[in-house]
Amino acid sequence: MRKVVSILKISLIAGLLCLPLITVLDTGNKVDAFSNQIIQKGATGTDVIELQARLKNIGFYTGAIDGVFGWGTYWAVRNFQYEFGMKVDGLVGPDMKAKLNKSTKYDPSAQKQQNKGQSPNAAQSSGNKSKDSNTNVQGKNTPSGYSQNDIKLIANAVYGESRGEPYEGQVAVAAVILNRVQSSSFPNTVSGVIFEPRAFTAVSDGQIWLTPNERAKEAVIDAINGWDPTGEALYYFNPNTATSGWIWTRPQIKQIGKHIFCE
Amino acid sequence: MIRSILIGALAIGVVGTGYWGYKEHQEKNAVLINAENTYQRAFHDLNFHMDALEEKIGSTLAMNSRSSLSPALAEVWRLTSEAQNDVGQLPLTLMPFNKTEEFLSNIGSFSYRVAVRDLDERPLSNEEYETLKKLHNHSNDVKNELRKVQAMVIDHNLRWMDVELALASESEPQDNTIIDGFKTVDKQVEGYSEVNWGPEINQLNEKKENLYKNIKGKELSEKEAKKRVMDFLDIDKNASVDITTTGKESKYQAYSLSIENPDKKSSVNLDVTKKGAKPIWILMDRKIGKQKLSLNEAANKATSFLKEHDITNMEISQSSQYDKMGVFTFISQQGDVSIYPDAVHIKVALDNGDITGYESLEYLTNHHERKVTEPTITRDEALEKVNPNVQIMEEGLGIIKNDLGDEVLCYEFMGTIEEETYRIFVNADNGREERVEKMDGTEMNYNTM
Repeated sequence: MRKVVSILKISLIAGLLCLPLITVLDTGNKVDAFSNQIIQKGATGTDVIELQARLKNIGFYTGAIDGVFGWGTYWAVRNFQYEFGMKVDGLVGPDMKAKLNKSTKYDPSAQKQQNKGQSPNAAQSSGNKSKDSNTNVQGKNTPSGYSQNDIKLIANAVYGESRGEPYEGQVAVAAVILNRVQSSSFPNTVSGVIFEPRAFTAVSDGQIWLTPNERAKEAVIDAINGWDPTGEALYYFNPNTATSGWIWTRPQIKQIGKHIFCE
Repeated sequence: MIRSILIGALAIGVVGTGYWGYKEHQEKNAVLINAENTYQRAFHDLNFHMDALEEKIGSTLAMNSRSSLSPALAEVWRLTSEAQNDVGQLPLTLMPFNKTEEFLSNIGSFSYRVAVRDLDERPLSNEEYETLKKLHNHSNDVKNELRKVQAMVIDHNLRWMDVELALASESEPQDNTIIDGFKTVDKQVEGYSEVNWGPEINQLNEKKENLYKNIKGKELSEKEAKKRVMDFLDIDKNASVDITTTGKESKYQAYSLSIENPDKKSSVNLDVTKKGAKPIWILMDRKIGKQKLSLNEAANKATSFLKEHDITNMEISQSSQYDKMGVFTFISQQGDVSIYPDAVHIKVALDNGDITGYESLEYLTNHHERKVTEPTITRDEALEKVNPNVQIMEEGLGIIKNDLGDEVLCYEFMGTIEEETYRIFVNADNGREERVEKMDGTEMNYNTM
């Protein structure tokens, strides 16, 4: 009987001793240090926040800690690599992470707190802390020349015009809007093209104000990044509902989903 | 008793409904008048700007010195953009008025180019003077036609709302005075093809043919093209493939394929050139799961994808993560020189590293072995041309297309002024600052929730 009790005791003590170890390991992986990835320019996420915070801590980085590896961060990384006698390539690999860990301090909870203070939706994001690795990422990559609001506006038009279409068809509608901005026979701004009277049915009947889904936004980003499934089309129409006879006289390029795209 | 109550209630009901209907009617009218006024304003603005445009171009004909010519041409440029803006607010999208808009835009870029040029060094050439003269005549014609329409609109109280209705109705031909007037203007402008705009504008139209010229090989049949695509994408033969041909008059001749892949629960769409079946663009559509790959791993995937398909000597010039997607721009390298016109875009899913997008139109139209000449000026001489406030961080050599559409060898300097990053291209032959770009690409979230 005694033996059993002592075994129980030992295992209990051992278990108690192990517990903090496990939790330390657990949190260690998640927040205390960088993950294993090599961080390169353009990346977003908590690793980038840590990188920016650490670089700021020793004065290499002066910008906002937004979680997006932009140009400012890139130059800071290169300067760091130069100062510490490493290969200057702008990539944050294990070597650089080790040097950063040694030379800088980083308190992730403080960073979180600080970010929350700035962020107006603090209450919302605190609910799913560790689940979403991008909780504290405050910035976003945007294709050059377009703001997030431009993207949202185009996504609204794309969603209103073609939410029932295949993905390719949605990219195509976004591409037509961008082709029109480029074209000399159309207005030169995104909003000018979208709100040109009679240009898009979704604008005339108000469907443009439906809330677009993520797919529509992705389609817009693809189109801005250069994908154009239409072969540089300027017009498209649905052959079943088209009311203008003139549109049929335009040289046609191809049909995607329900829409015929033409020059 | 009950009867009179009923009658009273009904009467109140009728009067109430009548009053409500009257209010609704009034409100509808107010909205209609508001819309009509917006159109009228844009239309009369257009006329005003065309008047002013004709006058300004006319006055440049009599000017000689740079100090008066440059500002006058800048004014022409401003007026064309105002007029274009007015056109964009009128319901003319689905009727032939695009020739006029193009005409306006060409006047704009022509006058802009001359206005910003150092006219003391390179005065107006004879051809350019001829062009200006022609532009004056043409803008005079357009102005007169538009004035005619304007007079009719004012005298007969014509409404733009009727134009909208006429355009919306399916009946052809559309019988509307305003529409007819605008059609006449556009017909007239169509005849102005003899205007010599200079090399900058003409080159835009040449772009089309380059793709066809640049790709070697013979035209493939649908079947052959399909086979090549299946090899390229490594798709098993069970997938169902739909293949169509692009229209005869489209900018490039291509086959469009649509592939349903049952294994991966994804669909792939792409265009391949008829000659040689080179993919112009590929888009894969599937649900993207949780992010497992870093952007760096995705970049490696994209690099090896290019290698596998014999597109060699490519370097990443841009990488960005959009949620669960990595998007990369590759440009080709010839020796130490970056060839910016030869660009390929690749999209990688960050859940398993699939290549979900590929775009190579620029690469296909531009790529060829270039004769890279030695720079005439030294790196230090080029650096002298750069704004001294820029702190240079990175530099190299690169070929870019300049404003004239020519490929030029440049010293490329990346640098910063305070927080902002700039890329500056200085022509390696004459030291001209060919292009200065402010590099951005990140933005804070504006959270409005």
